Amino acid sequence: MQELDTTGLGSVRVTRKSDNVVVIEKDLATEQMVLAMGPQHPSTHGVLKLECLTDGEVITEAVPYLGYLHRCFEKCCENVDYPAVVPYTDRLDYLAGMNSEFSYALAVEKLLDIEIPRRVEFIRVIVAELNRIASHLVAIGTYGIDLGAFTPFLFCFRDREIILGLLEWASGARMLYNYIWVGGLAYDVPSDFLTRVREFVTYFRPKTLELCNLLTKNEIFVKRTLGIGIMPADVAINYGWSGPMLRGSGVKWDLRRNDPYSVYPELDFNVPVPDGKLSVVGDCLSRHLVRAFEMDESLKIIEQCIDKMPSAEGFNPRSAIPKRIRPKAGEVYSRAENPRGELGFYIQSDGKSTKPIRCKARSSCFVNLSAMKDLSKGQLIPDLVAIIGSIDIVLGEVDR
Amino acid sequence: MSSTALSQFSIPFLMGNNLNAWSEALAGFNLFGLPLGLVILAAIPLVFIALYSLTYGVYGERKISAFMQDRLGPMEVGKWGILQTLADILKLLQKEDIVPTSADKFLFVIGPGILFVGSFLAYAVLPFSPAFIGASLNVGLFYAIGIVALEVVGILAAGWGSNNKWSLYGAVRSVAQIVSYEIPAAIALLCGAMMAGTLDMQKITMLQSGSLGFAHFFLFQTPIAWLPFLIYFIASLAEVNRAPFDIPEAESELVAGYFTEYSGMKFAVIFLAEYGSMFMVSAIISIVFLGGWNSPLPNIGPLALNDLTNGPLWGAFWIITKGFFFIFVQMWLRWTLPRLRVDQLMYLCWKVLTPFAFVSFVLTAIWEVYVP
Repeated sequence: MQELDTTGLGSVRVTRKSDNVVVIEKDLATEQMVLAMGPQHPSTHGVLKLECLTDGEVITEAVPYLGYLHRCFEKCCENVDYPAVVPYTDRLDYLAGMNSEFSYALAVEKLLDIEIPRRVEFIRVIVAELNRIASHLVAIGTYGIDLGAFTPFLFCFRDREIILGLLEWASGARMLYNYIWVGGLAYDVPSDFLTRVREFVTYFRPKTLELCNLLTKNEIFVKRTLGIGIMPADVAINYGWSGPMLRGSGVKWDLRRNDPYSVYPELDFNVPVPDGKLSVVGDCLSRHLVRAFEMDESLKIIEQCIDKMPSAEGFNPRSAIPKRIRPKAGEVYSRAENPRGELGFYIQSDGKSTKPIRCKARSSCFVNLSAMKDLSKGQLIPDLVAIIGSIDIVLGEVDR
Repeated sequence: MSSTALSQFSIPFLMGNNLNAWSEALAGFNLFGLPLGLVILAAIPLVFIALYSLTYGVYGERKISAFMQDRLGPMEVGKWGILQTLADILKLLQKEDIVPTSADKFLFVIGPGILFVGSFLAYAVLPFSPAFIGASLNVGLFYAIGIVALEVVGILAAGWGSNNKWSLYGAVRSVAQIVSYEIPAAIALLCGAMMAGTLDMQKITMLQSGSLGFAHFFLFQTPIAWLPFLIYFIASLAEVNRAPFDIPEAESELVAGYFTEYSGMKFAVIFLAEYGSMFMVSAIISIVFLGGWNSPLPNIGPLALNDLTNGPLWGAFWIITKGFFFIFVQMWLRWTLPRLRVDQLMYLCWKVLTPFAFVSFVLTAIWEVYVP
């Protein structure tokens, strides 16, 4: 946007190039306006503040300001025992608490080097995938709201409600579960749980199609997202993107496949990556499509887990939980595929304490958001909203 | 009407007749030489529709959207939440009237007023029944198209006066949008005027009456009329800032657009104006293309449905029903479609609707001249 400062006489010309860069050709210098978007803006998905330098409706620069929801997660972890960190991880990505707990439990188990009962692993995968669907439903629904479509949001929440009901039944809480413990689970799933989950899978399959017809195939929706906020694969990798964001840019990178953990290697599922037929690879629509297709894959995973699940006979979900967690001195970095990307935990132990010396969370939302400055350059304000929505940030995880 | 005629017809028609006599009596009421009765008479439909369109428009919108979204909508105040809007109005009335310190007080206060006046002045030329019309102007349609532009002034005053960047964006977008969309809208309405040969709203309506009911409506008179009808409907959505053209108040982009800073009764006035304009454009489209207060029911042999369902009161019923039908369609679209971007909106206006409006204009002219 450096060509802006040409002077002379004439009118302003705004053209949208095919590669989605708005070019303003004008001869009269106009004043740029600083526009503070957030932290109380309806479409910054929480308390994100974007300070935008705008020229008319075109954004010349947008700088994200963080920290409005900072709760000292990492410091808190240093002051509690290992098991007591689990409830804190729920509050990172509060839309996918199960996945965050799963990731943390994997890290500590890696540090302890303990064996987990197979049934525990399957239950963990089921609840994590259920939560992934719930999280993607929120992402897709709120993305609809960002673009002005209100009804898909409520359709998504209607279906998410069923998942929350299931998870509440298993854990006792609707969002902040504290269910996946280090070495096991808080409880076994209720006796009828798996049948209900299977019922949900058969119920939800046609609903994904309904959502697709209502939103993804909507011409206005496609017009608003196709070719907007394109992120090339190499730049995405350089930024450290992960999850649906990276896959939206065409990189087939899924930690469940590329760095497999738990029972994922035994399961058969695809990693959806845009092929450029429905969307321009790397644009907002690709990222939306990846999320939409991932819900189908999660359904597949859940079905397989139910089939392969060992019986509950003589099963104690807490059998492998150590009485006292005091790992040997050392450090570990473990990562898992969250709905929003790679959530990794770096944990350091001094071998004496029952508390971690250092517990650092590598949050995907924070890393994904860091590309905001690049993505927003030269976009219109409505496109900026579309881009923020497609990044699908949860400020609880950005700020920690 | 003679007593023999009265005995033939049903009760609604009788009531309509009485209403007619009553309104004539009221029209003759003068106070100190001023035609006060006429003023009251002209204001009745306005006040009636205004309250209706607000109270039941808002309630209807909430219920319809709830129905589309697997929800219940308002259920607490009264049976099925039917008094919810009244409770909301009471709440808004009690609210503190806040004027932001940095706002331009004059513009901030006068903005909603202009908006309201602009939206409701058009009601003067809407014929609500053969007996009810505020002002039977011979340029009624022209006046209705023109007076809507006054809303632009109100929106700009509200947006600028708020001294809020979001409001400014909303106001500027809104002005660009309304001014642009007036062109296809006006050309589309001109097609209707051409078919009628007059700009008088009452005469346009009367030309569409006949024993065949809906077959006399301009929409079904020529094979071309659906084109200006559709163009005007789309353009009217943009003119009253309804989805998918609600970009001036796009809540996910501009917080609330030009009325971000408004609260309490000023907000309610803006709201009232919005619902007022919704009904206004719906009434205009039904007058020009769908026969206004004429009954759509045809006479079928001995069953004189058209005669039975025509009359002053029936007229009011039909035009309000038609208006509410279009409001329903507007709501339906709003809760289904995402929002367009500003440049896409302008593209639609200048490169799609306007050329097609010209085409329909020429075709209608050819039809009117060469087809008897």
